[in-house]
Amino acid sequence: MRRYSIFTLARNALTGHRDWPRAWRSPEPRSRYRVVIVGGGGHGLATAYYLAKEHGIRDLAVLEKRWLGGGNTGRNTTIIRSNYLHDESAALYDHALRLWAGLSRELNFNVMYSDRGVMMLAHNPHDVQIFKRHIHANRLNGIDNEWLTPAEAKAYCPPLSIDRTARYPVAGAALQRRGGVARHDAVAWGYARAADSLGVDIIQNCEVTAIRREGDRVTGIETTRGSIAVEKLGIVVAGHSSILAEMAGFRLPIESYPLQALVSEPVKPIFPCVVMSNTVHAYISQSDKGDLVIGAGTDQYVSYSQRGGIQVIEHTLEAIVELFPIFSRMRMMRQWAGIVDVTPDRSPIIGRTPVRGLYINCGWGTGGFKATPGSGHLFAWTIARDEPHPVNAPFDLDRFASGRLIDEAAAAAVAH
Amino acid sequence: MLRIPCPFCGPRAEIEFRCGGEAHIRRPADPDALSDAEWADYLFMRGNPKGVHFERWFHAHGCQRWFNLARDTVGDRILAVYAMGAEPPAGLRREAEVRGDD
Amino acid sequence: MTEGVARLAKGGRIDRARPLRFRFAGKLYIGYAGDTLASALLANGIHLVARSFKYHRPRGILTAGAEEPNALLRITRGDGRVDPNTRATTLPLFNDLDAAPQNCRPGLRFDLQAINGLLGPLFPAGFYYKTFMWPASFWKRFYEPRIRAAAGLGEAPRQPDPDRYLHRFAHCEVLIAGGGPAGIAAALAATRAGARVILAEEQPQFGGWLTGEGALRARIDGEAPDAWLEAALAELRAAGNCRLLPRTSVFGCYDHNLVGLLEDVADHKFAPAAGEPRHRLWKVRAARVVIATGMTERPLVFPANDRPGIMMAGAAATYLHRHAVLPGREIVIVTNNDSVYGLAGDFVAAGARVTLADARREIPDSIALPARNRGVELLPGTLPAGSEGRLRVRQIHLRSRDAGTTLPVPRACDLVLVSGGWSPNLALFAQARGELRWDAELAAFRPGPAHWPMCCAGGANGTRRLGEAIADGLRAGAAAAAAAGFEKPAPEPPSVEEGPAWTVEPLWCVPGCSSRERGEAFVDFQHDVTARDLGLALREGYESIEHVKRYTTTGMGTDQGKLGNLNALGIVAGEKGVPVPAVGVTTFRQPWTPVPFGALVGANRGPLFDPVRRTPMHAWAERAGAVFEDVGQWKRARYFPREGEDMQAAVQREAKAVRASCGMLDASTLGKIDIRGPDAAEFLNRVYTNSWAKLAVGACRYGLMLGEDGMVFDDGVTARLGEDHFHMTTTTGGAARVLAWLENWLQTEWPELRVWCTSVTEQWATMTVTGPKAREVLRPLVEDVDLGRDAFPHMTFRSGRVAGVPARIFRISFTGELSFEVNVPAGYGLHVWEALLEAGAPHGLTVYGTETMHLLRAEKGYIIVGQDTDGTVTPFDLGMGWIVSKKKGDFIGRRSLFRSGMRRSDRKQLVGLLTEDPALVLEEGAQIVEDPRQPLPMRMIGHVTSSYRSPNLGRSIALAMVRGGRERSGQRLWVPRLDGPAIPVEVTSPVFYDPEGTRLHV
Repeated sequence: MRRYSIFTLARNALTGHRDWPRAWRSPEPRSRYRVVIVGGGGHGLATAYYLAKEHGIRDLAVLEKRWLGGGNTGRNTTIIRSNYLHDESAALYDHALRLWAGLSRELNFNVMYSDRGVMMLAHNPHDVQIFKRHIHANRLNGIDNEWLTPAEAKAYCPPLSIDRTARYPVAGAALQRRGGVARHDAVAWGYARAADSLGVDIIQNCEVTAIRREGDRVTGIETTRGSIAVEKLGIVVAGHSSILAEMAGFRLPIESYPLQALVSEPVKPIFPCVVMSNTVHAYISQSDKGDLVIGAGTDQYVSYSQRGGIQVIEHTLEAIVELFPIFSRMRMMRQWAGIVDVTPDRSPIIGRTPVRGLYINCGWGTGGFKATPGSGHLFAWTIARDEPHPVNAPFDLDRFASGRLIDEAAAAAVAH
Repeated sequence: MLRIPCPFCGPRAEIEFRCGGEAHIRRPADPDALSDAEWADYLFMRGNPKGVHFERWFHAHGCQRWFNLARDTVGDRILAVYAMGAEPPAGLRREAEVRGDD
Repeated sequence: MTEGVARLAKGGRIDRARPLRFRFAGKLYIGYAGDTLASALLANGIHLVARSFKYHRPRGILTAGAEEPNALLRITRGDGRVDPNTRATTLPLFNDLDAAPQNCRPGLRFDLQAINGLLGPLFPAGFYYKTFMWPASFWKRFYEPRIRAAAGLGEAPRQPDPDRYLHRFAHCEVLIAGGGPAGIAAALAATRAGARVILAEEQPQFGGWLTGEGALRARIDGEAPDAWLEAALAELRAAGNCRLLPRTSVFGCYDHNLVGLLEDVADHKFAPAAGEPRHRLWKVRAARVVIATGMTERPLVFPANDRPGIMMAGAAATYLHRHAVLPGREIVIVTNNDSVYGLAGDFVAAGARVTLADARREIPDSIALPARNRGVELLPGTLPAGSEGRLRVRQIHLRSRDAGTTLPVPRACDLVLVSGGWSPNLALFAQARGELRWDAELAAFRPGPAHWPMCCAGGANGTRRLGEAIADGLRAGAAAAAAAGFEKPAPEPPSVEEGPAWTVEPLWCVPGCSSRERGEAFVDFQHDVTARDLGLALREGYESIEHVKRYTTTGMGTDQGKLGNLNALGIVAGEKGVPVPAVGVTTFRQPWTPVPFGALVGANRGPLFDPVRRTPMHAWAERAGAVFEDVGQWKRARYFPREGEDMQAAVQREAKAVRASCGMLDASTLGKIDIRGPDAAEFLNRVYTNSWAKLAVGACRYGLMLGEDGMVFDDGVTARLGEDHFHMTTTTGGAARVLAWLENWLQTEWPELRVWCTSVTEQWATMTVTGPKAREVLRPLVEDVDLGRDAFPHMTFRSGRVAGVPARIFRISFTGELSFEVNVPAGYGLHVWEALLEAGAPHGLTVYGTETMHLLRAEKGYIIVGQDTDGTVTPFDLGMGWIVSKKKGDFIGRRSLFRSGMRRSDRKQLVGLLTEDPALVLEEGAQIVEDPRQPLPMRMIGHVTSSYRSPNLGRSIALAMVRGGRERSGQRLWVPRLDGPAIPVEVTSPVFYDPEGTRLHV
C-alpha cells in the first residue's frame, strides 16, 4: 500500500495526480476461498481487515452485491457514542469507540472521526431518571457520560432553545464528550483499501444467490459471478439479513424497516456537536461540508425500498424547529431512507448460527454505524476462532429462546 | 406515505393506521407443550420477506378495526386486503412461496 | 440609481411602469416588476455574484431557473427574515429586496480564500481523505475547524423565524406538474373530461417556453402562441374543476401518488401581509400524475468554463425575451446542437455581435442559412478550448475540431453562451421510482415504465417540438382522466407552425479537459468538481457512479446535479469505454428544490407541536399555583407550592397532611376503559395474570398485564360493575397502548369472544380523597351510599351521587390510607372538586400533586410501571408472584415466564434500601455495588428506581432493583455517587410504612 500523507499529496500534485494507485484492486472471484464475507459495507470490510490483520487469514474475499458502502454505511447520520445502559452493550460499543479514536492512522485513511460530543436531551422527570441511570451505569463502566443542566446544555450547543414555556422544555442533558461523528463513506473505503493491501479480494457487483450446505455445514455459495467453495462464511448484510438467512435455511428474529433521514443546504459552522432527543424524535449534527444532518424515525411497516417519505420527516422537523427555532428557514436539500434490521431487544446478533461454518452479524437497528470498527473486530475473532469474543458472547442468537435479552429499548426508552 | 384501503372506511392516509406486523402468526393453543425454542419462534422469528408480505393493519384513528393486507415490500404496492381470520388470496400465497424458494 | 445598462428599451414581459428598488452587496439598483433578482442584476450589468464552494472562484449567473448552481445569495428582509443560499434565478424581484454575496471575505471582487484556487493542485477530489491524519488531536482542534469554515455556503439565520406556514391537503384525479405548453394541454384535456385537476407551475406565470423564446419561434392555429395560451388559461380558470397554482413547486412525488407542493404565498414579497403565511405546503393525493416539467439544458465541459459571463444559452434567451435584458454585446455561443440557432439571430437583432461555434462539422443548410442570413458568424467544427477574464469573461479560445495540435484562437467577448443539449426533467418521475431509458437520439434519458400511476408529457417525455408537446399533453391529460374514471377522447391538437426538431451530437467533455493547462473544466459548478476529478476517482478505483459522486461530491450541491449529472455520466462512460446507460444513474431524491423546514413543519409549532391534554380541574390547579409535569400529552399538577416553598418543602407538607388528616389528588388522567360483553371476565382472565372469573359484582381487583414476552406492561385496578360490565383503569401513559392491545387480541386472536372495549378516560373526572379523614370529608356530599367501614369495604365500588352529581366511587388506595376515588362525568369535575375542597376545609384537606403521590406510594412499596419497572421486569422480579395465577390456565405472557433464562436467582428483584445516614437521599438511577473500592469497570448489581425523603418516616427511603435482592435482606451495599463518596445502604423490604395494612381497613 502506498501511503497517503501531505507529502505524497504534494508529490502527486507535481504530476497532475496521474499516478495515484488504485485504492483497491478489482479482482475476479476465485472458485475457492477459506473465508468469504458477504456484504461490502463498513462492518463487512472491517471484518475482512481484522481477519487478515489480526488472524492472518488472507485467503479471503468480500462479496458485495452492488458497490462498497452502498447500504446503511452510506445512508446513516454517522452518530458515534458508547453510552449504552447495559453492561453488555456498553462494552460492545465502547470497544468500537476505542478503535474509532485511532482509526484514521490505523488505516492511513482520514475517516474524519470528530469527537464533538453527543448530547442527549431530557424533557421530563421520567427522562431525567433514565439519563441519570445511564450516567451512573456508564461512569462505573469507565465510560464518560455527564449530566448537564439546561443552561450548560445551551452553552455546549448555542442554537438550542431552553425556553421553559416550550411544549416539551429541555430539562437537562446527558453528554458523552467522546461521542461524535465520522465521514461514513470514508470508513468503507478506508477499510477496503487497508484490507486489499493485506491481500483480501474485494469483489463488487457480485450477488450471492444461494448458499450450499452439506448436512449442517456450509460448503459454498452461488453468486452472479460463479460458484465459490468456502470453509467459512460470514454474513454482514444489514437490510437483507433475513434473505441470506433464508438461503441458508434458518430464520432470524428480525424485521427490516426504512429509516428516514435528510440533510439541509450547507451553511457555515453553526452547530458544534451532536444532539439527540428521543422524546421528541430529533437527531442532528452538522457535517464537515456544512449540511445539517438530521435523522428521523422509521416507517412503521417492513419494506426494502430505500425511499423517503414525508410524514416521518415532517414529524422530525417539527421537533428540530422546536429545539432550534433559528433553523426554521433552513431548507431540506435531500431526503432518503436506509433499511435497518430491527431485533426484538434492539441489540445486534453477532455469532454462530444453526449452520456450522456460517456466522452472522446483523440486527444493529438504527445504530450500526457507530459500532463499525468494533463489530468487524469482534466478528473477525468469532469467525477465526469459531467462538465468540467475550464482548460479543452475550449477543448470540440463542438469547431469544432463553429470554436473556439485552433490552436497550425497553430499559432505556431510547432509540439509537 | 401509503394509502391504505380500509375495508370498512375506504382508502385513507397511512397516518390514520397502525401497522401490526406479520399476519397469520397463530398463537399456540398449548404454549406449555412448546420448547423454549419453539416458543421463541412464535414470539420473535419473522419471515421478513423481500416480496409479498401478509401483514395486519389497525385503523387506529378511524373505525378501530383490524384487517389483513398483502403488500410487496420492494415496490410497496398493496396487492390485496382481506378480513381478519381469512386466508390470503391463493394467487398471492403461491407468489409468496415461489419467491421464498429462489 | 438608473435604468440598468443592459436593459433593452422595449420588449420583454416586464412592467416598466413599476420600477422596484433593490440592493446587491450594499448598493442600490432598479429593476422592474416581472424581473427575477437575476434578471435585474444582469440588467444592471452584474454578472459576478458569488464565489464557489471549494476554490472560491468568481462565479456569475449561469441559468434562469431552479438548476442554478452559482447565483446563491443571502436575502435579508428585516429581523429574522434572513435566507441564505437563495437562488437569484427563481426569486421574483420585490421592493427593498436586499441581496448579499456569500462565501467570500472581504468581498466578492477580492476574496482571500481564492488562495484555494492557486493551491488547487494540492486539493484534488478526495484530498482530505489522504492527509490531516497527523497528529491525531489536530484533526478536531486544527484541521477540521478550518475545513468547516471554508466549506458551507451562506450563514445560517441567527434569529427565530417570524413567518407562518400552513399545510393543506387535497385530492384530485389529475395532478399536473409543470405549466408549460404540455402541462396546460394536459390540464385542458383532463378538465374537459370532467376530472378534478390541479396544475402547478413553479414560476409566477404559466406558459413556460411560450413566455420566452417560444413566442417567436412558432405560431399556433395561425396566430402568435399568446393567443392560444391566453384562451387555454381562460378556459381552465373558468372551469370549476381545475385549480391553477402558480409559484408552486412540485417538490416531491412520494409513494401511492402523494405529491408535495410548495406554494410561495408571500415569499415573493418583502413581508407577508397580516395573517398571510409565507408558504403553503400542499399534500395532494392524486389518482394520476402527469409530469410536464420540460427539459433542462446541459453545459459544455471545457477548460475555464465557469467564468462570470459564461451562461446557458436557454437562460440568455429567457433574459432577452422575457426580461428585455441583453447580458452581453460581444457574444460567442458554443454548442453541439441546433437549439441555439434562432437565439443567435435574436441577439444580433437585439444589437449584439454573435459568433456561433458549433462542435459539429456538418450543419444542414436549413439550420445554418437562416442564422447566417440574420448576421450570425457561424464556425462549424469548432470547440471551446479555454477562456480568460478574472471577474468576467473577456476572451474565449476556440479551436478547430480537426486542427489537432494547432493552437486555439482567442476571441474577445463579454458573454459566452453554452448549450450542450437538452435533457428531460425526470427528477419527479424518478423520485416516484419510474425507470429511465436511454435515448441515443436525444443523448439523454427518457421516461420508461412508471411505478405509480403517472406519466410524462411534452419535453419531460422527450418531445422536441411545440406541436408534439401540446399533442402529447392532450393525450396524457385525457389518458390520466380516463384512467381515473373520466373517459373522453383527447381534444384535437391545434395546428402548429414551427421549425424542425433540433438534433444534437453528444459532447460530454471537450477533448483536452484532462490537462490543467488552460484551466479546470468544471462539471459540477457549485462544488468545483472538474473533469479531471472524475478521472482521478476512476483511476483510484472509485468506479461505481455512486463512488464517483461521493468521492468527488459531484451532484451533491444545492442543485443536486440538475445541471452537471448527465455530463458526469458521459465523462465516466467515456473514461471507462462503455455506453452512458451502462454507467447507471445516482438515485433521484426528494425534494426537487430545497424546501424550508418551516414549510414542512407548518402550524405544528409551539403549543401545537403536540396536543396538550388537560383535566377538567386544570384551570383550578393553574390558579392554585400548581407546577405541572408532562406525562405523555397530559399536563399533570406535580406539586402545589405555597409562598416560599420549593418542591421539596411542598411535597413534605403535602405528604404529611395526607397521612395526618386528608389529601386530594386529581387522578383524571388515569386511563379508563369500559369493557362489556358476556365474555368480558374470560377476556380479563387472558389479559391479566390473575383470575377474574369469581370477582363479585361491586368488587375491585388490582391487575398486572404482561407482554407476550412475560414483562410487566401495565397495571391498574379494574372493577366489576355488573355481570358483563367492567371498568378498567390503566397507567396515564399506557391508556392508548392498552386499548390498542386489547383490541388487537379481541379482533385478531380471539374474535369468538363477545367483548367490547371503549375508552372513557376523558368521560370521567377522577379525584382521589385519601387519608384518615377521607370519610368525614366525603360524607356530607354523598347521597345513596353508606360510606361505613363494613358497608363499603376496601376494594369495592358503589354508585351514588356526590355533590348532587351521579358518581362512581371506588374504595381503592394508592397511598395506603383510607381512600375513595370519586369518578364523576367530566363536565361536573370542577364542580365536585370545588365542593370537596369546601367540605374538606374544616378537616385540613390538602391538595397534592403527582410528586407526593409518588412519595406516598413508595412509602408503601407500591410500584409505578415505567419507573420501578422498565420493560425487563417480570411479576416474580417484583415479588408479586402472588398475582400470577397457577390455576386459571393460560394468559398473555405466561409461557415466557418459564423460559430458561427467566427463573434464574440472579435476576434483579425489587427491594427497599435504607441509607445508613437517614438524612441522605439516594439519586434515582444511581447504581448499586457490593464493593465501592473495586476498580472500573465495577460490577453493578442493581439500581435505585425510586427515592424520596419521607416526612412520615422521618428519613430517606428508596426502592431498587437488585440482583438476587430478596436474598440480600439486611445486607450492606453501596451506592456510588457522581460527586462524593459512595453511600452505604441496607437492603430491606420495599414496604416501609404500615406493613400490616391496618390503615387501609378503617
